[in-house]
Amino acid sequence: MGRFLVRRISLGALVLWIITILVFVMFFVAPNDVAHNIAGRNATPATVANVRRTLGLDQPIVTQYWHFLTRLLHGNLGQSYYTQQPVASILKSRLPATLSIMVGAAVIWMLLGVSSGIISAIRPRSVADRGLTTFALFFYSLPTFVLGLAMLNVFFYQLHTHGWPNLPGSGYVPLTQDPYQWFLHMILPWVTLALLLAATYTRLTRGAMLDVLGEDYIRTARAKGLGEGRVVLRHGLRSALTPIVTQFGIDLGTLVGNLVVTETVFGISGVGKLAIDSITNQDLPVIIGVVICASASVVIMNIVVDIAYALLDPRVRLN
Amino acid sequence: MTRPVETELLTSELDAELPPTVGGVAIEGRSAYQLVWLRLRQDRVAMASAIMIALIALFALFAPLVAHFTGHSVNQEFHRIGENPDGSPKGPSHIFVWGTDDQGRDLLVRCAYGARISLEAGLIATAIAVFVGTTVGLASGYLGKIVDTILSRTTDLVLALPYLLFAIALVAVVGPSLGIAIAVIAFFSWASVGRIVRGQVLSLREREFVEAARSLGASSMRIMFIDVLPNVLAQVVVLASLLIPSAIVFEATLSYLGLGVPPPTPSWGNIIADAQNYQEAWWFLLFPGILLLLTTLSFNLLGDAIRDAFDPRGDQMFARTKKG
Amino acid sequence: MSTEPGVAPVQSQPTGEVLLELTDVVKHFPIRSSSLFRRDAGAVRAVDGVSLTVRAGETLGLVGETGCGKSTLARCITRLYDLTAGTIVFDGEDISRLSPRAMRPVRSKIQMIFQDPYGSLNPRRRVGSIIGDPFAIHGMASGADRKRRVQELMEMVGLNPEHYNRFPAEFSGGQRQRIGVARALALSPKLIVCDEPVSALDVSIQAQVINLLADLQTEFGLTYIFIAHDLSVVRHVSDRVAVMYLGKVGEISSSEELYLHPRHPYTNALMSAVPVPDPDLSDRRERLILAGDVPSPTNPPSGCRFHPRCPKARQDCVEKEPALIPRLGDGPGHQTACHYAVADGEDLTTQRSQLPSAAQAQDLVATTRSTEGSETP
Repeated sequence: MGRFLVRRISLGALVLWIITILVFVMFFVAPNDVAHNIAGRNATPATVANVRRTLGLDQPIVTQYWHFLTRLLHGNLGQSYYTQQPVASILKSRLPATLSIMVGAAVIWMLLGVSSGIISAIRPRSVADRGLTTFALFFYSLPTFVLGLAMLNVFFYQLHTHGWPNLPGSGYVPLTQDPYQWFLHMILPWVTLALLLAATYTRLTRGAMLDVLGEDYIRTARAKGLGEGRVVLRHGLRSALTPIVTQFGIDLGTLVGNLVVTETVFGISGVGKLAIDSITNQDLPVIIGVVICASASVVIMNIVVDIAYALLDPRVRLN
Repeated sequence: MTRPVETELLTSELDAELPPTVGGVAIEGRSAYQLVWLRLRQDRVAMASAIMIALIALFALFAPLVAHFTGHSVNQEFHRIGENPDGSPKGPSHIFVWGTDDQGRDLLVRCAYGARISLEAGLIATAIAVFVGTTVGLASGYLGKIVDTILSRTTDLVLALPYLLFAIALVAVVGPSLGIAIAVIAFFSWASVGRIVRGQVLSLREREFVEAARSLGASSMRIMFIDVLPNVLAQVVVLASLLIPSAIVFEATLSYLGLGVPPPTPSWGNIIADAQNYQEAWWFLLFPGILLLLTTLSFNLLGDAIRDAFDPRGDQMFARTKKG
Repeated sequence: MSTEPGVAPVQSQPTGEVLLELTDVVKHFPIRSSSLFRRDAGAVRAVDGVSLTVRAGETLGLVGETGCGKSTLARCITRLYDLTAGTIVFDGEDISRLSPRAMRPVRSKIQMIFQDPYGSLNPRRRVGSIIGDPFAIHGMASGADRKRRVQELMEMVGLNPEHYNRFPAEFSGGQRQRIGVARALALSPKLIVCDEPVSALDVSIQAQVINLLADLQTEFGLTYIFIAHDLSVVRHVSDRVAVMYLGKVGEISSSEELYLHPRHPYTNALMSAVPVPDPDLSDRRERLILAGDVPSPTNPPSGCRFHPRCPKARQDCVEKEPALIPRLGDGPGHQTACHYAVADGEDLTTQRSQLPSAAQAQDLVATTRSTEGSETP
C-alpha cells in the first residue's frame, strides 16, 4: 500500500508540474504579447519596453518560468490586472460559494443515483424501473445549462410572475450569514446538478447490482434466511461500489466544467464565474490562478479517489 | 508421409456442411456489419432516432432555403417589426414563425444556421478524435515498447487534464472561434478512444491469425491496418456514436459561456445565452433548447442501439425489436 | 485413428539432401520481475539445445507433452521468435540472425500451419483475401490473376472456389484447416511446419486433412515437420520421429524403428499410454505410470532432465547429461539421450529408480498399481 501511495502521489505531482508548464507556455510564450496588452493599444514602444522590463518579460523564458514556479510554490499568484487585489485572496473569497454547490450537489446526486439504481435493480422491468431508466437517459442527454435555465425559468420566473416570489433568481448568500437564504439560493443549482449527474449512477448501480443479485451466493444467502434488505444492501451494493467510485472519480474531473456552467446560469459568484468574467476582462493573473488551483484540486481529488479505490479493491495495489 | 486410412474425399459430405443454396445461387456471406445493420433496422427506437437526426441534418443543410423562404437572412435585424418598443423579442407570428431574438432577428433562421454549427462541430471534432485516437491506440498496442510507453503516458496525461479549464485558458489567449472549439473538443476526446483501442489491440496481438500474418512476412504496418484494425473497428464505431453527442454538448456549452462561436454567428449555445436575459420570451429559450435536447437524445439513443446491435446480450429492457 | 491390420505403411523416399539443419538451438524467455531492482528472476527455458536435421521430401514428426517446447521450436524455425542461441541453416543459408527484411524472401519458402482452425484465420476478412495474403505481401500477383490463383489453391485443397467471398465463420473446422493449408501453399514453399494441425479436429475429419497433406506432399515434393502430441497420428504420417522432453530431444529415429525399438524410458512411457482398442489386449498390457509431474521449465533438473520420473534412474543420471547418440548398437539414424537405454524386451514396469528422492513418489505409484491390479479379473 505504501508503494502504491508513493507511486500515485508522484504521478500526481508530475501531472501538476506539467500543467504549470502548459499554462506558462500558453500565456507567456504564445504569440500573445502580454506586455503590449497591458500597456494598452496606444502605448509607445518605450512604454511597452518599460512594462516588459517591470514584469520581467525580457528575461529568458526558462528564467521566467523559474520565477513563475517559485512564486506559485510560495502561494503567490500575482495581482489582478483589474482590481489590483492579490489573486490568492480573490480566490479564497469565492471558494465557499463553489464548495457549497459542489458538496451539496454531490451528496444529493449520490443519494439520488444510488437509491434509484437500487430500486431499479430490485424490481427489474417494473414500471418504476422503466420510468427511472427513461428519466436517467433523458437527463443524461441534457446539457447542463439547458436544464439550469429551464429550472430557472420554471421555478423562479414562472413562480415569481404567478405570485410566489420565494426562490431567488441568482446570487449567493453565505451559510454563516443566513442559513435559510443560503439554502434557498442553493436549491436550484443543487437540483440541476443532481439530476444531471445522478443519471449515470442510476444506470451503473442498476447494472452492477443486477449482475450480482443473479449470482448463486445471493440465492444461498436468501435460503439461509437472511433478510432481503441485508441481502440487497450488504452483498448487492458492495459489488456496485467499485464502478461507483470509478465513476465518481471521472465526474470529479468533469465537475469543474459543470460548476462553471452552473455558476454562470445562476449568477453565483464562485470560482467558476470568476474564470468566465476574467476572460471578458482579459485579467490574465486571475485566469492563471483559477486554472492552476482548479487543476491542482482535481488532481488531488483524483488521488484521493484512487486511494479509496485501492482500499476497496486490493488488486489495484498490487498492479 | 503415407495415406494412413483410405477415405474418399467425399465432396457430397463437404457440401452438406455448407449453408444451403437458394434457387441454385450460393448465398453470399454476411459480414458483421451487415448483421448489425439488419438488427438496427428492426430496432424501433434506433430507427426513430435516426429519422430525427436526419430531419435535423436536413434542417441544417437547407438553412439558406429557410432564410430564402422566410425572406429573413440570418443576421438581419428587424428593429421595427421584430422587436417590442422596449427592445424585447417578439413572440411567434406568421411573419416570424418561431419569434425573434433580442436583436429582432428571425429565430427560426438562426436556429437553422445554429444546427449547422452544432452538427459540424460534433461530427468534425469526433472524426478527428476517432482518427487520432485509433491511430495512437493501434500503434501503442501493437508496436509496444518505447512507442507504447510514450504514447500511453501522453494519453494518461491528457486524460488527467481538466478540460474546460484549459479550454477557458486557451480561449483567453487566442480568442473564441469555431475552429478553436473544434480543436479543443477533439483534443480532449481522442485520449479515451486511444485507451480503449489500445486495450483491444493488446489482446488481438496475441491471436493466432496475427502470428500467421507475421509468419507470412507481413510488415507491422500491414498487420496493424489490414488484420488488427478491422477487428477493432466495431468498438470504434460504438465509441464514435457516443462521442458525437458529447461533442455537440461540449460545443454548445462553450458557446453558451462565450468561448465558442463568436457573435453574430448563431450557435444554439449562444442563442440560449442571450435568452437568459429575457425570461418572459419563452420561445427564445424553448426552440433552441428543444432542438439541442432532441439532437443529443437521438444520438445517445442511436449510440446505445448500435452498441446493442454489435453485442446483443444483456437484458432487453424495452422491447426494441418487433416481435415475430 | 487406428491401424488396420494388414495395411503396411508405404514409406515415401526422401531425396536425401539436407533441407533444414538445427544446431544447438536455444530459446529462453526471460521472466521480468515486478520490482525495479531485481533484474532477472530466471527464464523459461522452453528450448534448451536442440539439434536436428530434416531432409528434403521427408516428414519429421515431433512429439512430446504439453510444455516440452515443440511449439516454441516450431516458431523458432519459422523465425517468429528470435533465437537465444544456436543456428538454423535452411537450404544452405543461415537464417538464425537475419533481419525481418532479409527474412522476407526466406519466408516464402518456409510456411506454417497452425493448430487452432478458429483462431488462425482473421474473422473479419474474407477467405479469398486471407488465402491471397501471401501474394499481396510478396507482390507476386494481383487483381484477376491473384483471384485465379487463389481459386486454384482452393480447389487443390478441396474447397469450392465459389466460396471465395465467404467469411471463416461459415466454414467447418476441417474446412478452415484446409483454408490454412491453402494459404501455406500459396507461395510454393519447400518446408511446411505443421503445428498440431489436426489436434482440434474431429477424429473423422483428421483423416481427411492428413490425407490432403499426404497428397500435396507427393504432388509438390513438400517437406513437413509435423508436430503432435498424439503418437498414433504421428506414427503414420512421419518418416522419422523426434521425441522431445522439457526443451531437449530425448530420442530420434525412423518411425518404424521407434515403435519397434523404443530406447528412451520416456518414449516407452508414451508408447504404453497409447490407447489400444482391443479390450483384451489392453487389459493384458501393463501400464507404465510415471511418477511425479513434469518439472517447471524455469528450473529443469540437473543432468538428464528426465531423472526425477525415470524408473531406471541412477546416480550418474543426476550428474551427467546424456548425449544424443546411437545406443545399444543402433544404427546412425537412431539416437537416444539416455545413459541406460531400454533394450528390446526389457520390462520397465518392474524397475525402480535408485535415487533416494524418487522413493516416496514410487511408493505412491506402487499403491496405485496394486489397487489397479486387484481390479483385473
